[in-house]
Amino acid sequence: MTSATAPRKKGRGGSLGWLALPALAFFLAFAVVPLVGVLWLSFTTWDGLGEIRLTGLDSWHAVLDNPGLMHSLWVTFLVMALSWAFQTPLSILLGVFLAGRQRYRAVLAVVYFIPLLLSSAAIAITYKALLDPNFGLGAGLGIDILIQDWLGEPTLALGVVIFVVSWQFIPFHSLLYQGGVRQIPRSMYEAAELDGAGRVRMFWSITLPQLKYTIITSSTLMVVGSLTFFDLIYVMTAGGPGDATRVLALDMYKRGFQANLMGPASVIAVILVVVGLLLAMLLRRIGGGNNSDSQLEGA
Amino acid sequence: MGTPVATRPRESAPRQHRRRRSNVRPTSNKNWLGGAAGWIWLLIVVVPIYWIVITSFKSQSNYYATNPLVPPTEPTLANYIMVIESDFPLYFVNSIIVTLGAVVPAVAISFMAAFAIVRGGRGRFLKSVNSLFLMGLAIPLQATIIPVYLIIIRLNLYDSLLGMILPSIAFAIPLSVLVLSNFIRDIPKELFESMRLDGATEWGTLWRLAFPLTRPAVVTVAIYNGLTIWNGFLLPLILTQSPDKRTLPLALAAFQGQYSVNVPAVLASVLLTTLPILVMYMVGRRQLLSGLTAGFGK
Repeated sequence: MTSATAPRKKGRGGSLGWLALPALAFFLAFAVVPLVGVLWLSFTTWDGLGEIRLTGLDSWHAVLDNPGLMHSLWVTFLVMALSWAFQTPLSILLGVFLAGRQRYRAVLAVVYFIPLLLSSAAIAITYKALLDPNFGLGAGLGIDILIQDWLGEPTLALGVVIFVVSWQFIPFHSLLYQGGVRQIPRSMYEAAELDGAGRVRMFWSITLPQLKYTIITSSTLMVVGSLTFFDLIYVMTAGGPGDATRVLALDMYKRGFQANLMGPASVIAVILVVVGLLLAMLLRRIGGGNNSDSQLEGA
Repeated sequence: MGTPVATRPRESAPRQHRRRRSNVRPTSNKNWLGGAAGWIWLLIVVVPIYWIVITSFKSQSNYYATNPLVPPTEPTLANYIMVIESDFPLYFVNSIIVTLGAVVPAVAISFMAAFAIVRGGRGRFLKSVNSLFLMGLAIPLQATIIPVYLIIIRLNLYDSLLGMILPSIAFAIPLSVLVLSNFIRDIPKELFESMRLDGATEWGTLWRLAFPLTRPAVVTVAIYNGLTIWNGFLLPLILTQSPDKRTLPLALAAFQGQYSVNVPAVLASVLLTTLPILVMYMVGRRQLLSGLTAGFGK
């Protein structure tokens, strides 16, 4: 496209607003309006097909008076906290390892990142079959401890979800840490070396503090992202066994699109948004402000 | 494990001694813990993938009779033929239409918005547009899915490919604008100035200066969004109903529900749907990886 065919506008500043309009329109229509809409729907009764009736706080009562909400919140929190605690140290370790310039590490990295490319549905289907107690990996290796009814026991199923989530996302986070480590100036290590610091000291007093912003970025993505694990859990356990892996996002889907209770489902959605915003703000507070540019400054 | 590779000058003897005593968490070259983790993680990644590949070539009876980790004695293509002869080619086309149909406009309008925000960001209007998009980054957009469903019904787009495309575009905007505006900001001011002196319009500057200079970022953003939408599950699940409107991830889940006893066929479908992305990964690994961390590493 050339300027000849383009709408004629004066080339001075100030008349640029129209360029942002298409994006703004899409975002308003399918993100901002729904965001307001979900709050409105939480005060209604709707089965997903018929008419929508305003029913005040009925849906809120239905959700808040039911122990199901606390359970979903608890499961969501467990998945969030445990997957964070499992992924973060491993991602840092692998990130530091991958930051080395050795050839074989680059080759390993190529393999590591394959899980990032797969859809959650594909991963869920694979693990479902792989963890089969009779024909899965455990039986194949003949290791008794791996032969479990992985997806049939509540605690095990939760553990499996956390493991599979980590399998899927550790590559991404180690990629972030690899980038972070490579931005740490060599001179800092050289100075520390002259001062006689060992590797362990260097890790704790240079690498880790220098990774502060990467840690915050990565943690924010993990924590806020864990609110939206839906496809993986939906395909792998469908929230089961019982309600053992029924996280908030799944709870919203099941109430809304399976039980046809859009009002209560919208209440859950509002809770999801609020929890997400609170967490993002909290992590930002911990990080002390905007991290997107500080990371560049660190180089 | 974790073979130390001496790229730096050898260390002095006393330090080596000390490390041996406390080889807990050393950092770069002699990173034993990292090395061990690295090789173990390799196994954890490779074993399931290896298993998918070999199992997809087994016959169903063979699958139940043989050790899962041993390759098939008589490899068969029957599973692949079965998948291809089912409706998968149609789902494949659906996925391509939805992905391209969403990524191209999403990147184009995000680029325009990012350009406007960088060039005219001092104005109140563009400033608030920018903060609106930034806010969108912090909100789990999946939570808006019920009103999106309602809107799509009211637009008479339920159970259509377009119905999936429109929200996908909107969900892609915040991150795309953030990343693209970071890159447009790096363009030297003098270049914009000389374009202006040459009498170029802002529209002309956008296409003839900013776009060519930030092409790698544009590719990166396109890949990131493409992968997200290609692998997307929730929108197709909620916004479609008929089997012939399914995209690949949803089709996979349905196929698995239907043929859950025929594990080799299910895994062949997993492999086939992943193949295009794996090929892309082989061809443009660097672009793809930078695409995945777009905006977070920068």
